[in-house]
This record gives sequence, C-alpha cells and structure tokens, in this order.
Amino acid sequence: MAGASASAASHSLAPWGHRVSSWLDYTINGLIVGNVYALVAVGLALIFGVSRLINFAQGSIYLVGAYIGWVAVVQLHTPLPLTIIVVAVAAAVVGLIIERFGLRPLQNSVRIAPLLATIGISFVLDQLVMLTFSPNPRALPSQLPDVRFQVGGGTIGPLDLLIAGVGLTSALLLFAFLRYSKLGWAVRATAQDRDAAMQMGVDVNRVNQAVFGIAAALGGVSGMLVGMYYNQIDTAMSLQATLKGVVAEVVGGAGNVPGAVIGSLLLGLVESYGVAVFGTSYRNLFAFLLLVVVLVLRPNGLFASARQAPPEPLTGTFIAPSRPVRIPRWALAVAAGGFAVLPFFPVSFYVLQTLINAWLLGMLALSLTLVAGTIGQVSLGHAALLAIGAYSSALLSLTFSVPVGLAIIGGGLMSAALGTALISPSFRLRGHYVSIATLAIGEIVSLVILNWESVTRGPIGISGIPPLSLFGYDLISPPSIYWFSFAVMVVLALLQARLLTSHLGRSFRAIRDDDVAARAYGLSLNRYKSLAFIFGGFAAGVSGGIAAHLYSYINHETFNTQQSILALTVVILGGLGNVVGAILGSVALVGLPEVFRIAAEYRILIYGIVLLLLVRFRPQGLLGTI
Amino acid sequence: MAERSTLMLSLRGLTRRFGGLTAVDAIDLDLASGELISIIGPNGAGKTTLFNLVTGLDRPDDGAVSFEGQDVTGLSPERLAAEGIARTFQLGRVFGNLSVMDNVLIGAHTRLRAVKPAVPVIGPLLELGLALLRPASVKAEEERLREELKAILARFGERLLPRIDQPAYSLSYANRRRVEIARALALKPRLLLLDEPTAGMNPTETAEMQGLVAELKAEGLTILLIEHKLEMVMRLSDRVIVMDEGKKIAEGPGEQVRGDPKVIEAYLGHGLATERESAA
Ligand SMILES: Nc1ncnc2c1ncn2[C@@H]1O[C@H](COP(=O)(O)OP(=O)(O)O)[C@@H](O)[C@H]1O
Ligand SMILES: [Mg+2]
Repeated sequence: MAGASASAASHSLAPWGHRVSSWLDYTINGLIVGNVYALVAVGLALIFGVSRLINFAQGSIYLVGAYIGWVAVVQLHTPLPLTIIVVAVAAAVVGLIIERFGLRPLQNSVRIAPLLATIGISFVLDQLVMLTFSPNPRALPSQLPDVRFQVGGGTIGPLDLLIAGVGLTSALLLFAFLRYSKLGWAVRATAQDRDAAMQMGVDVNRVNQAVFGIAAALGGVSGMLVGMYYNQIDTAMSLQATLKGVVAEVVGGAGNVPGAVIGSLLLGLVESYGVAVFGTSYRNLFAFLLLVVVLVLRPNGLFASARQAPPEPLTGTFIAPSRPVRIPRWALAVAAGGFAVLPFFPVSFYVLQTLINAWLLGMLALSLTLVAGTIGQVSLGHAALLAIGAYSSALLSLTFSVPVGLAIIGGGLMSAALGTALISPSFRLRGHYVSIATLAIGEIVSLVILNWESVTRGPIGISGIPPLSLFGYDLISPPSIYWFSFAVMVVLALLQARLLTSHLGRSFRAIRDDDVAARAYGLSLNRYKSLAFIFGGFAAGVSGGIAAHLYSYINHETFNTQQSILALTVVILGGLGNVVGAILGSVALVGLPEVFRIAAEYRILIYGIVLLLLVRFRPQGLLGTI
Repeated sequence: MAERSTLMLSLRGLTRRFGGLTAVDAIDLDLASGELISIIGPNGAGKTTLFNLVTGLDRPDDGAVSFEGQDVTGLSPERLAAEGIARTFQLGRVFGNLSVMDNVLIGAHTRLRAVKPAVPVIGPLLELGLALLRPASVKAEEERLREELKAILARFGERLLPRIDQPAYSLSYANRRRVEIARALALKPRLLLLDEPTAGMNPTETAEMQGLVAELKAEGLTILLIEHKLEMVMRLSDRVIVMDEGKKIAEGPGEQVRGDPKVIEAYLGHGLATERESAA
C-alpha cells in the first residue's frame, strides 16, 4: 500500500522534479511519525490481545504523558533521560489506576460496558488535563541540540534519532519481557486463550495490570516525544492519538503486536507521502481512509488469513438485559402538554433557550438511541449526521433559495442518504469495530467539509444562514423557535415510537441481541441496518438543519466529537433504544448543569463521570433498555 | 428409502478447515423428504460446523450442498432461511430482550408478505413506509401470524403460553430451548436442523422434547438432528450418522451403528468423558 501511494506520488511530483531529493525527508518523517504511532498502537494491541477491548482512553494517557513531560522539562528542569523515566512511570500509574478502578469492576458485565467505560475515562482524563493546564497550546522543548545531519538527499536531527532509539529500545524490552519473563508468558497465554490460561492458573488480573501498565508507559512516552517533535502540546492531541493508534492497530490486525508496529510504520508513510502530494490538511483524511478500507476489505488486519474466526466471540450479550419502565400514556401527554404551554407563562428567555437546546439534543439522541440502542451499532461519530444536515440545509436555503422549512427536510434526507451510504461498508463489522468505523467516518466528514472549499467554503464556514421560517413567516421570537423545535422533536419521537412497535422494531432489536441468529432467520443485516440509519439519519439531519438556521453561522467544528459523546451519554442515561429516555436524558443533561450553574468547562467532565457511573451502577439507564 | 421419496438435502464432499484442523472432512449425506437422520459423535467431531455449513453461517472450503435439487453452496443464511431451512443452536440463541412472542415472530419473518413488497431497489423504503403507516393488509397479516404462532407455542403445553409477553432472558434454560424450537417452527421449515435440543434438560423435559420431535416427524417434517442422548436417537432416527474428527465413520440404522467397532472406539477413545458430561 505504501508502494502504491509512493508511485502515485512520484507521478504527480514530476513537474517539480528538482525537489525529488526531499523524498527521503518524507520517508524519514513517515518512519519517525510511524514510530510514535507504534508506541501507542503496541499498547492497544497488547490490551486487545488479553481482553478483546479497544482502549479508547489510550490517547488520553498519551496526552497525560505529554503534560507530565512538560512539567518535568519546563518546571522541574529534569535532564532528558530522567524526563523519559518520569513520564513512563507516571503514565504507567495512570494506566494501573484505569485498569483497577475503571475496568476490573466491569469484568463480568456485558460487552458494551468496558467499551463505554474507556470512552468515559478518556473524556474525564482529557478534561482534567484541560482544567489543570488550560486548553491553550504550550511549547515542549526537546532539550536536544538543534542541528541536522545530511543523510543522502535528506536530513535527520537528534530528535529523530531519539524517537527511533526509544522505539527500538521499547520493542526490544517488550520482546524480552514477552519472551523470557514468567509474566510475559502469562500475557501471551492469556492472549491466545483466556479460558485455558485461567484454568492453568494464570492470574488474569495480574496480566491485565501488566498490560495496562506497559501500554500506558509506552503511550505516555509517545505523547511526550510527539510534543517535543512538534515543540507543541495541546489537549486536542488525545483524540487524534487514539484514532491514529487504533488505525495502526487495526491495519496490523487487532491484538497482533508485531502487526501493530508494521501498521504504524505503514500509516506514518502513507500520511507522510499523502501530505507531500496533497498538503497538510489531508494528513488525517489518509489515515481514516486507510482505516475504512482495511476494515471493509480485511477486518482482521492485513496479516490475518482471510477467513479466520471472527475477532469477537459469537455469543454473549452486548447490552444489559432489563425491563423498561412503563410510563403511562396520559402521563406523557400531560408532560408534553406542560412543555407546550410553557411559553405562555412568564419564563425567562434563558429557560426557553436551554430547553431549545435540549430539544435539538433530543432529536440527535432519538437518532442515536435507535442506531446504538435499538439495533446495537454504537456510533461515536453521530455529530457528522448533524453536520451533513446543517450544511445541506444551509446551502439549500442560501444557494438555491429553498424555503427554510423545506431546506431542513432536505437536510434530513441528505443526512439519511449520505450517512447511510458512508456507514454501509461497515455493516458487517460488529461491536467495537463499529464504534471505530463510525468515529473514523465522523472525522472523514469533518475533514471533507474542511477541504472541499468550493462547496462548503472550507475553514471560513458558512455565515448569513437565513433564520428559521415556516410558510413565509420568520420564527425569530424565542417562543416561536421553542414551539417549532419542540413540535419537530415530538413528531420525530412519535414516529420512532411507532416504528418500534412495528415488525421493524423487533427486527432491529433481534439484530442487536444476536445478529447470527437473526441472519439464520432471514434478516438481512444490510437491509435493516440501512433502514435504521436512514430513519436515524433523518432525525439527526433535521436537528442539524434547525441548528444551522438558529446559529446563522456554522463551520467544520460546529458539530464535533464532544456532541457525539454527549448524545451517547444521553442515550445510556435514558436507556438504550428508549424514546422517552432519550428525551428525558437530553433535558437532564442540558438542564441540570444550568440549574446548578455549573461552569461550561466542567460540563464535559461531568458528562464523562455520569457515563462512568451509569456503566458501573445502572447500565440499563434510568428508564431501561427497550 | 431415499429412492422412494424426493431428495431434500444432499451434501457432497463437504469440507471445512480451521487452520491446520479439518473440522468437517469430505462429508457425503443424502436426506430424503420426510426422513429424520441423527448425527452423533464425540464433542469436537464437527457436527455443529456441519450445521453451520448447511445453513450458510459458514462457507465450505470444498464440496457442495444442494437443497431440493438446487445448488445452494455458499448462499447467505438469509437466503437459505427464505428457502425454508430453519435451525436451532447448540448453546441456545434466543433474542434475550425480545418477548417470547417477538422471538417467534422473528421466526416467521421470511413469511411476511404484505409489509415486505417484493419490489426491487425501493423495496426497503416501502417496507419502512408500510411499517410506519400500517395499512389494513399489514395489520391483518400481523394478526394472522400472531394467532398462528400461538398455536405453535401451544405445542409446548403450558410452558410458554403464559409467558408470551415475558422477555426471553427471564425464562428458564429449558424454556429458552423451547422458544428456539418454536421460533424454528414459525418459519414453516421444509428442513429443520436441531443442534442438541435436549442438552441440559432433565429426564422429564427430555421425554417431552422427544415426544415433540416424534410428532414433527409424524407430520412429515424433514429433520437433521444432532443429539448425544442415544436412547432418543435410537427411537427417532431413520438412519444414524457417526462423525469423528470431521469424518463420517459410520452410517446406517441405529442398532447397526451402535454395534460398529469403529464407533465404540471413537467413543471409548476420547468421547466417554464428554458423553457422561452431556448426559449430566
Ligand atoms: N470458528 C472456528 N474457528 C476455529 N475452530 C473452530 C471454529 N468452530 C469450530 N472449530 C473447531 O472445529 C472442531 C469441531 O467443532 P464443532 O463443529 O463445534 O464440534 P461438535 O459440534 O461436533 O462438538 C472443534 O475442534 C472446534 O474447536
Ligand atoms: Mg456441537
């Protein structure tokens, strides 16, 4: 694959042939960056190997490593070797804490629990770093002399050598550990067959500890090295690192340690050559396209034989069984009536504004609770559906003068169609892989919006989006906006409730509970997952469309991963697949922080903690799974 | 017997390898319409894998499957279900969060017509629209199915009927197995594959299950049965096939197979413990 992009690259390079010498630079850069990814990916592979878990918190440990490095270098003035040791040890401690308090209590719970837990942990750690150090970027000097040596046609600096050295040393240490120590043997045995290892007396908790400690130490050092490489650290590094590490790991074959190293180097090269040809803003696009291609064509990685047993166990429940709390219809009608007449009472603009936000989030949560809850595809990129709906609606009304009401419906349809088309190659993936694919697709959508300037206006964003209007009347007063968004949400909720009582509702839930048995009874996964995404995509797209006309300005960052995670927290809070729960959860998560006047920067932290507590103590949510 | 009636299922040289292990090794089998064949053999013999190959959940490395004269090798499980092949799973795979009735309704999924118009390309969108609008034809079909499925559930006496709206995860183990069989019957199968239907059942429950399978056979259903309880196998089977390490080591009427030295050796060699296990 690297070969293919390299030849494509040299082809388009022909016009400026005199710079061919810089190819070596791009290769060196690709290998160095790949080395850094490898430190993250190897940890992910070790963890996946022993616990079949994709640790979404790996990037957060990397972030923590970078900031510990900053404290050591800038405040404590430690020499470089000591800095590395301090970072490795501190990060390992964080890893051990995550394993002991975040994951070990979930050992016997349903498979969705540890997945959600690592997502929650990642948000909590990122927010803690952000609150401690502020979100502003900082410089992380490398303490190395700033010289570069001429090597062939390219140059190489001491930091490159350091990164290569750390990479090689870690690989050797890890190899020796796995090969020659008793604990390393236990790790390998557990990875091969967990049950057999336990029967042979392997202490699986100790194995998990070892693996999380090592993974965290490597991840932390990696974050520090990257900070030094770019002489800059900021809190956005975390998600990027998780994504890149996961890409490299999946490319190499989940759980395959040498595969993760090769996948990382490959990813580094693909990115570096991609940047050489198309420019920096395309770097991530290549990474995620590589991921999606590998997931679709070789979900077990490049090095797995094509027809291995599926990477996840065939049986076992993914979600917690529960009985939903039945709320009588009259109670729901009374509640809806109460909210409908609210603007007639002397409530402040602030209250209406808060509830408008809750209704918009409610539509997104309805969409996600259908996709993640009812049919079991835990999407982590759901904000992309908002973005597609918002951009479509904004452009329809601005460029083609479509009336706003119709444009919003157009946004919903666009989101349904495009969202379903984008995710459809991943329909054969299961469990954690779906989450990775949706995360990547979400990133791809936002990168396409950023780079497709002729349509989306690129980084400038779209401004002057006309306000909400219906049948020629502008909806500008807060009550009219409130009623509009509330009415749309109620209609979507009623439709979804009706869908759940149809044969499609039970078909979706059957696919979630056991897709193998569902197929054996004639349910086509492609068909029903498509229908779920079409229906859910429409609701999310409508939400995004309304938001665009409310905000009057949107750009590629308006709809981001934080919203995706917030929606996921709402869905877990309300109960998977639970329509009333999605709305209740939205009101709670938007409303309660306002009631308690919690400052904005603490909210994400609280959402993360709420998610963790739910997973631990009430995995079925407030109103239960449907 | 195979000459007298039409051939329902025919396997030729069916083979599936996992890495170095050949789980199913060149199996030939002919199953006539209305026949009941049992497959026995020690754990790990490849029986379940053979079922997976016949039902499309796994694809053979070699060999062919034909169903009612058509080559169906490598077809998807959805397609094979639509053709009329239903199965149960060894470990019991009910839809835990679905009610008993919904589980069985999923079994009847391939028989939905009104709500699933056979229109190319926009068929799925029509299905979504019909599911939301629910015209009279769709409602009537759903009602008719529910009534019919209640009759299927009634075959299990009072075991399932009183629990029709309970989620399947709340049922006892034996009841979950029964739901699985009811779900398979809801498909109105032309061929039924039962993978250890009495595993984990006590003698009373086993006898009940045996009675049910005998009834189904008497009604003319074609059945492939994997079963460890030899007494049941002897009573029900027209023919018995013995598998060991992927290969068919014996085939014939129950009594003949039982005395076959190769079979005794296979069970003595590595199967005795497992047989005791599954009888417990
Ligand atoms: N998906 C798979 N991957 C690897 N090996 C498998 C897989 N499925 C079954 N096997 C192996 O194939 C052999 C036959 O298994 P199975 O068909 O379940 O036997 P039986 O049902 O007769 O007990 C066993 O050794 C089992 O470990
Ligand atoms: Mg079996």
